[in-house]
Amino acid sequence: MSNASIYHDLILDHYRNPRNYGTLARATHHGTSNNPNCGDKLQMDIIIKNGIIEDMRFSGSGCAISQASASLLTEAVKKKTLEEAFSLEPQKILDLLGVTLSSVRIKCGLLSLETLKKALRRKTTK
Amino acid sequence: MINVQDVKKNFPIFKHHPDLIYFDSASTSLKPKTVIGAEKEYLEQYSANVGRGLYPLAEKATEKFEAAREKVACYIKATDSKEIIFTAGTTSSINLVAGLLSHMVNDGDNIVTTIIEHHSNFLPWKELAKQKSAKLRIVNITQEGELDMEMLKKTIDARTKIVAFSAISNVLGIINPVEKMIAAVKNINPQTLVLVDAAQAVGALPVDVIKWDADFVACSAHKIFGPTGIGILYGKSGILETLSPVTFGGGMVSETSAQHQVYEKIPTRFEAGTPNIAGAIAFARALDYIESIGLAKIRLHEKTLTAHAMKRLNAAFGNAINILGPTDPQKRGGIISFSFAGIHPHDIAHLLGEENICVRAGHHCAAPLHQALGIDATTRISFSIYNSEEEIDKFIEALQQVKQKLKI
Repeated sequence: MSNASIYHDLILDHYRNPRNYGTLARATHHGTSNNPNCGDKLQMDIIIKNGIIEDMRFSGSGCAISQASASLLTEAVKKKTLEEAFSLEPQKILDLLGVTLSSVRIKCGLLSLETLKKALRRKTTK
Repeated sequence: MINVQDVKKNFPIFKHHPDLIYFDSASTSLKPKTVIGAEKEYLEQYSANVGRGLYPLAEKATEKFEAAREKVACYIKATDSKEIIFTAGTTSSINLVAGLLSHMVNDGDNIVTTIIEHHSNFLPWKELAKQKSAKLRIVNITQEGELDMEMLKKTIDARTKIVAFSAISNVLGIINPVEKMIAAVKNINPQTLVLVDAAQAVGALPVDVIKWDADFVACSAHKIFGPTGIGILYGKSGILETLSPVTFGGGMVSETSAQHQVYEKIPTRFEAGTPNIAGAIAFARALDYIESIGLAKIRLHEKTLTAHAMKRLNAAFGNAINILGPTDPQKRGGIISFSFAGIHPHDIAHLLGEENICVRAGHHCAAPLHQALGIDATTRISFSIYNSEEEIDKFIEALQQVKQKLKI
């Protein structure tokens, strides 16, 4: 494959070996998002204590960009405050991925951010 | 046999992209020099409006435009060129029919379409049914990936006003038995009007609207080597004569005042405004181009490539690959959609794209079909006269590398 590929080692690594993959039984917050156009799906379980993201897991299926993006995002937001997580911009995701995404693939890359923000707004009923 | 190297010389895009492997002709085809030339000639040499001016340039433009209409009529074996309405494409044509027939559909009537349709031949009917409180009945596919003919017959009754289906599926590639289907429909209800979406069929198989006995046929130029933004709606003259226009403007009234108007004869009645004149003329040139090669040769070429691709996909990837639609290339046009276990179509398409291999990924504007099959998205390859078995072999190699890169 050519050197200019967006599928560089970091993305492939996070796709093949996703960090923080799974669910959390004691999650205080939960969110899901999907892109019905292509089948990318993501779910996030978060434990928030005293305004800090204590722990986080994601699960899902879909293209390498959507899944790697979620894996990178979970690493980036752990131990952040609720406000810091809420204020994350799309550019942050692109910085994490280390690539420029075309308008067609941007949706794949930003699904993780959408899922995170949905989760941060949704307390689980416990 | 088609000499692909010779064919490629006719397509200027290969001078700009010599290594291009374009497997997305079902989305839009590449354009030959002669078609580009026809548009350029109009724009450079006689770019006057049609049907309006009285000077020689306008007469020439009108002549060429009407000759294009005649050409399309002949190509699809319509009885008269007045049965050809120029539109912006298949989608416009189908939406036009929905508008033209709206008054005929009432509370409690039904409209029949199929689960395999492109959104352009699904959504207009869904919307029309909703607006008029009619039922939308959807014919399914069988396990073999073909339309369920028995189900089709069961959905037609005395209140079926419209039946709409495609001649070739843009996802499954299946060639539907159009003539048989229309005969079956009209046998049950002779009043039912049938529309055929021929977008994928016109460049692949002989289209004979009389033999089909279709009431309406829609197709686009851009899928058969023509420019984008132009297509046609064929309608039986006996039906078109009874219909009132739904788009209004210049060129479609024979008399008008502030108080009343008399609309033009067909097809002019349905062509308000300045048409895509360059596009229409280029459309006719595209049909000339197809005839110069020969539709039978084109069909054989696509069938050969389809058979080769299916064989190589199955041999290289076995159970990891699931090809949608029938296994017999005889029953298929040059379109193959497949899912690849564990690898997402977006990743396949993107990585192949980095190697200059153009394939399509997603649901190909046929979401109901994908949902019915329980698949989120597929990868689609489609063939034309500028594709070869060598290109397919390169595609298989590249797909093997994609598998290496992404398989978990």
